[in-house]
Parts: sequence; C-alpha cells; structure tokens
Amino acid sequence: MRLTLNIWRQAHSEATGRMVPYRVGDISPEMSFLEVLDVLNEQLTAEGEDPVAFDHDCREGICGMCGVVIDGIAHGPESLTTTCQLHMRHFENEQEIDVEPWRAGAFPVLKDLVVDRSALDRIVASGGFITAQTGAAPEANSTPVAREDADRAFDAAACISCGACVAACPNGSASLFLGAKITHLGSLPQGQPERDSRAVAMSEQHDAEGFGGCTQIGECTAVCPAGIPLDMISQTSSDVLGALSRGHFS
Amino acid sequence: MSALFTVGDPVVDTQAPDGPIQGRWDARRFEASLISPANRRRRFVIVVGSGLAGGSAGATLGEAGYRVEVFCYQDSPRRAHSIAAQGGINAAKDYRNDGDSIRRLYYDTVKGGDYRARESNVYRLAQVSEAIIDQAVAQGVPFAREYGGLLSTRSFGGVQVSRTFYARGQTGQQLLLGAYQALERQIEAGTVAMHTRHEMLEVIVIEGRARGIVVRDMVTGEIETHLADAVVLASGGYGNVFHLSTNAMGCNVTATWRAHRKGALFANPCFTQIHPTCIPVSGEHQSKLTLMSESLRNDGRIWVPVQKEDARDPREIPESERDYYLERQYPAFGNLVPRDVASRAAKNQCDAGHGVGPGGRGVYLDFADALDRLGRRTVEDRYGNLFDMYQKITGEDPYQVPMRIYPAIHYTMGGLWVDYDLQSSLPGLFVIGEANFSDHGANRLGASALMQGLADGYFVLPNTLTDYLASHPLPPEIDATHPEAQRAVEDVRARIDALLAIKGSRSVDSFHRELGAILWEHCGMERSAEGLQRAITQIRALREEYWSDVRVTGTGAELNQTLERAGRVADFFELAELMCIDALHREESCGAHFRTESQTEGGEARRIDEDFTYVAAWEFTGDDSPPRLHREHLEFEHVELTQRSYT
Repeated sequence: MRLTLNIWRQAHSEATGRMVPYRVGDISPEMSFLEVLDVLNEQLTAEGEDPVAFDHDCREGICGMCGVVIDGIAHGPESLTTTCQLHMRHFENEQEIDVEPWRAGAFPVLKDLVVDRSALDRIVASGGFITAQTGAAPEANSTPVAREDADRAFDAAACISCGACVAACPNGSASLFLGAKITHLGSLPQGQPERDSRAVAMSEQHDAEGFGGCTQIGECTAVCPAGIPLDMISQTSSDVLGALSRGHFS
Repeated sequence: MSALFTVGDPVVDTQAPDGPIQGRWDARRFEASLISPANRRRRFVIVVGSGLAGGSAGATLGEAGYRVEVFCYQDSPRRAHSIAAQGGINAAKDYRNDGDSIRRLYYDTVKGGDYRARESNVYRLAQVSEAIIDQAVAQGVPFAREYGGLLSTRSFGGVQVSRTFYARGQTGQQLLLGAYQALERQIEAGTVAMHTRHEMLEVIVIEGRARGIVVRDMVTGEIETHLADAVVLASGGYGNVFHLSTNAMGCNVTATWRAHRKGALFANPCFTQIHPTCIPVSGEHQSKLTLMSESLRNDGRIWVPVQKEDARDPREIPESERDYYLERQYPAFGNLVPRDVASRAAKNQCDAGHGVGPGGRGVYLDFADALDRLGRRTVEDRYGNLFDMYQKITGEDPYQVPMRIYPAIHYTMGGLWVDYDLQSSLPGLFVIGEANFSDHGANRLGASALMQGLADGYFVLPNTLTDYLASHPLPPEIDATHPEAQRAVEDVRARIDALLAIKGSRSVDSFHRELGAILWEHCGMERSAEGLQRAITQIRALREEYWSDVRVTGTGAELNQTLERAGRVADFFELAELMCIDALHREESCGAHFRTESQTEGGEARRIDEDFTYVAAWEFTGDDSPPRLHREHLEFEHVELTQRSYT
C-alpha cells in the first residue's frame, strides 16, 4: 500500500515548525506505524534529506518512549495500543495521515516528533515512591496484601508514562498519570504511611510543571494504551482532600 | 586460526574468597573497607545505564550518602530495557515447600549455564535473591498474590520447583518502577544527578584507573566530561548486534566496547542466548522481534504437524498427526526444557520441513488443552496481556488458533570480565547486570536476569565498591583539563567527525541489517568452524565498506538520531568480529552455543570439559592487531560436572 504522511517538522525547540507531506510506498499490513517511519527515513536518507526524528525504543508496547498524534488521536486509531504496536492493517491504501508530536505546554518539542517529557519524572521525584531503604525491608510475606488491593495496585502500576493522556487532554493535564501513581502506591499497605504527603506533594508538582487541571473530559483514558481507568483521577482528588483534612499541607 | 588471535597469561580473580561457599560473601563483606557516613558525600560515582542494575545501584549508593551521577540514553530512567522483561524473577524462598533452597537455586543456575559460570558468584546470587523480593515488595512492586494475601509463584524453564515471582506479564516493568522510584527519590534528595538523553562515548583513564567518562548530550550535541572516583557500567547487553533481536532499538555495546578498547577484558562474547518463544518474522521490513514470556510454556503445548509442509489450519490437524516433540524427546521436562534446548529443537523441526507460518519458520504453541483444563478466565489471568500482544502483532486470536513461535536472540551472557567485586580488569571500572559476564555461564535460565541485575545493584556493588572508594579516591588536582580527559574528548570528536565526513551512499540501517544477517547465519544458534571463518571475512569486508560508504546526515551539533546509530553500529562491527573469533576458538558445544563439530550421537550438545572449562577473556591489543586470549580457569568444588540431560 501507499500513503501520504503529513509530518510535523521542527528543527529544534526554538524553530518554527510546519507540516510537510511525504509519499511512502511498499507498505505491508504487517508493518507497525514506526516501521513505516523507518521506511520513510531510509527514503529521506537516500535523497540526502534529514530523516524525521521520533522517539521509540522497545517496540513492544511497554517502554512508553514512542508516541505521536496520528490524525488527531494520540497513538492512533486503535484503542489500548502504543504507536509501535499499531499495525498498518488498520489503515487504507492511499490514505493521507497527519503525524504530529504530543502537544502540551509542559512537553516542549525538541525536534520533529520528539518532545521533552521530563516533567513526568519530576512528579514522581516529588513523592511517587515508598521510602524503602535497601536492606531494611521486612520479610516479603510478613505483609499480606488482599488480592483485590494487589489487583487495583497493579492496574494502576501498568501506566507506561508515555504521556498520551496529556497530549489528548484539552487542558494538557497529566491527571491520569498522576492518579495512576497515587492509586498504585496508595492501594498497598506498604504505601499507607506516606499516602497523604505523597498525594499532596505530587499534585503540587503536577501543577507547578504547567499541566492543566482535570475537568473530567475523559480523553485521557480513551487514548491510554495501558487502560488506566478514569476513576484513578477521583482517587487523587479523594486522597488530596483527605490529606488536607488531616492537616497535610506542603 | 592462530592468526586471528594470540594467547596471553591466564587471568585470575584476585578477589575471589575461599573457604566454605556459604560464608564467602559474608567474609568478603567483612574484609572490605568501609567509608563512614560523614565521608561518603565526598565520594563521587558515575553510573552508566538506569535499568534494573544501574537504577538500583544509583538509588542504593545515593541513599548511602555517596554522590552519584547517572546517565541514560533514553528520555527517562524508567524506560531502560529491563522494562520489557515479562516472566518473572527467581528467589530461593521455598514458599512452596517443594524442596527449594539457596543451594538448589545455585545448583540449577550453574547446571543451567552448562558449568561456565563461577561458583562463588552464583552462590552469592542465590543468597541475596531472597532479599531482592523483600526489597521489591517493600517498595510497592505489585507481585501476584494468592487470595490469602501471600505472594504467588510459578515455575520456569529448566527447573522443577516453583520459585518465580511475577507481576502478570510485566515483571520487568514493575521491578524497574520500584528501582526508578527509589532513584527519583534520591534525585529529589540531591544525592543523585540524572542525565537523560546522554550517551557515553568514551572512558577516561588516568594513571591506569577509570576516572570518568565522555558523553554526548543527545539534544544539543554538546560533548561533556564527567569525572568521579569510580565508574560503574550498567549499560546492558549487546544482542542488538544481530539487528533483529528482542532488545530495544537503542540497546548497544558502545559503553562496554569503549571500555574494552581502554583495557577492560571482554569475556565470552559468543555466549548469546536464543529465546525460544518469540513471534516469528513476518517480512523484510521487520525492525525487531517480539518476545513472549516463556512462562507460556507452563501451560502451552508445543507441536508441529507430522506431515511436512502441512498447510492446513492447525485446528483441523488431528491429534494423531501432531508431534509434541519436546514432550516426546524430553519426557521429564517436556515443554519446560531450558531455552537453548527448546530453541534448537524448534529450529531442527523447521529445518526438517515441519515448520509452520511464513517461510516455514515457526512452531505451534497451543493453549487448547489449557483452555479446556483451566477455563478461559484462568488463562486470561495468567497470560492475558501476552495473548493480547500476540493478537495485536499478528492479527490472529490465540484463544482460537494456536500461536506461532520461533527462536530469536534475546540476552547476552558474555560481557566485560569482572572479579568477585564486580570490578573489571581496568581498575575503578565496575560492571553490573547484563553488561558483565559473571553469573549465567553459557546459558541463562528463565527469570534469572532480573535477579542478577537487582542483586548486583542493590546488594553486591554497594558493598564491594566501598572497598575501592576507600583506598583510591580521585586525586584532587585532577579535573577536566587533564591531558587524558582532553584526549578522550578529542577522540570522541574525531570519531563523530569521521562518521559525518564519509557522506557515502548507504544508510546505517542497511549495514546493520546485513551485519546482523551474517551473525545470525554463522554465529547464532548453530556454528561451525567453516561458517565462522566465512563470517569473519564477510564482517571485515562489510566494515571496510561501512567506513567508506555510510551516509550520516545532519551535523554533530544537534539532535541527530542517525549519528547516534552510526556510532553504535561502528562498534557492533568490532564486537561481531570478536564474537566470531571467540565462537571459533571454543570448539565445544555449550549452553546456547552449539558447534556442529561437537555433538553426541543423538545430536545433543557435547561439552568438552577437559579443554574448555574456562572463561575466555579477550584483550584489545590495537586496531590492526589480533585480540589476545586470557583464560580464567573455572573450579567446581561443590557441583559435579555432568552432561546436561533433560530427558
């Protein structure tokens, strides 16, 4: 099959970007979307042009590094799918497709489709952990965890930090990412001592990074490749309110 | 063959303790010098790589009070390729009361590695395995639980006990998140400085000691110098040399190869692991291979049609016309034989014409029995995400049609040589996780890579590194203006300029693809002297073409992904040649390394203990000079070397 890709080209963060159309042929239905970009880049290299920069690494849908907005949808039209796991069998021959980077105030574009998502790391650094000093851990089975709590924690921990939730949100909010981490750690008995301080600190860092607030639109969960549910945002609100009511101010 | 390498003096692990094996780690820890908490903030450590090994080491050293600088090429430390490990992590906790013990985990690992790993190191690994699970649980890693709230376990290939802890099919991601969160905590606390999107391109060696690194800021292109008391490489394995592998696209050998060129011995480079349960190649465009956890082999049954080139829908092939070849050939272990045995058996079936799918390069992994026996709900619980992944990639529903699998390159047991302290032959340079060679021998059992990465990072390195730091601080007068530091920077610049100046006609990827095909053909699952010699000739010719005809677009002073790949592929060329030389000199079949010249009458691998019970540690002697082989003889006092048998 053959496609026309309209791709966002931007030389560096200060440069002005623009959409540039490219024709790509020899596409098979088994290829992933990123393999199409590989083919395009081989083509551009042969023509002596600068290949398109895009982030990707594991190509197994787990590292969270890849991600572009495809025809207006973060990670493209398939639900529960990262861009690297999006296969061309979901597209039509001669289709014209827009490919853009994550767009959010807190994610500056570095080049073409590559953005800086380090704000997400700083949110984790502000409190997204359980303080467990190496060597000081108790015997693992001394802390039983109810199956439903473990499952809830796992569902939340499945977040891959790709940032699609932010890119999809009209407010540029990272509330789903935040909610996932707060729910993951807050669902476990080990996470209780720091539950209040964690919720407050992470929420404040989220706002300080320039992410917008949540207005319960739900675009985030619609595009989330890990299936993080919307109620994890409610968990954040509940934990933050609970913490404030117990006097946990920053 | 002698022209390909020379032989030097044997190498000896001077830190290896003796005495009863149970007490060696304790003895070494007691003998190692300590640094008081107040003095630790004056000690600087560089860690390259932020996966399970690097992340856990960075977090633990930071927490202990050292000043740590961590570097990774990804945009976040949470994306290291450890994240892709699916199946689980072993620990000798004996929660199942099924006869497990530290000694048994140690025994299984030494045997599984075909007696080419060090006894003392492996015993230590088994000892600290329990503490790893405790640590991860305390961090909030959501391992699978029984209804009573206790931890659940499962069994993995090559063992007969249930000692593998898991978090659905995302054990690697969850363990990495634990280490990453601990690391981020230290970043916030100011003990760890994190440098993302930075690639290490050179080691700085001053007066015979590793004292720093040269890195490239992958966003601005700036070349930076970083100095420290010690350097730790946790940069992972080199499986990507094969181009098609289960590794992440960015995985590379550059950090360890640059260290090798500066004096660190490279051990057992030809020991690469082939994983039996990958999704088969679908076409020419393929950029990587996707692994499915071999935990699938717990409940899935592997078979091929008895009839050659049988193109029928597998569901229409009656039981009598299916060959469950692993269950037939290895009745005691069946579908749970170790990875190398399962991989080679699959290849043999395909070579004999029984393969299924595109090009006949696949065998069935069938869950029909398991679905009948356990019900869909249980199968979904255990393997749901793997089934979804398979369906996404192939477009086929594995709940309805058997999956197709084929072996692929997955892990590298070779790596930089280290002593018991995990220090390389270049003083001050420590190597942990997959980047070193020490614990897996010629083969790696399932669920043991995560164990080694975390054992090294959380428990081993933070104890042994102290001993070095206590006695070899960086002299205060040394800074980035030191001639050796400047020379390293100049070398990096010269190399980048050379790549950019070629302006040839072929893309970096086209060379990488061709190099990978040569290696897979001749230095993959099965090797012969003739094939390896041919491969060396081909690699040399292709390397020459690379340096005269590769096209690297753009400049060095910008985000330039082509330039990044070009440097990595250049190093892969050099490594590939050494891998073939190593494979050629080891004339035995061993672990994942099957030499056609060395097999039993039944076609099984034949190890030759009297000649090859050693680690092959290679010294770099110059660009135009053959590598020098140093042998480290392996002693086995606590296990008897037996021919592996899984029948």
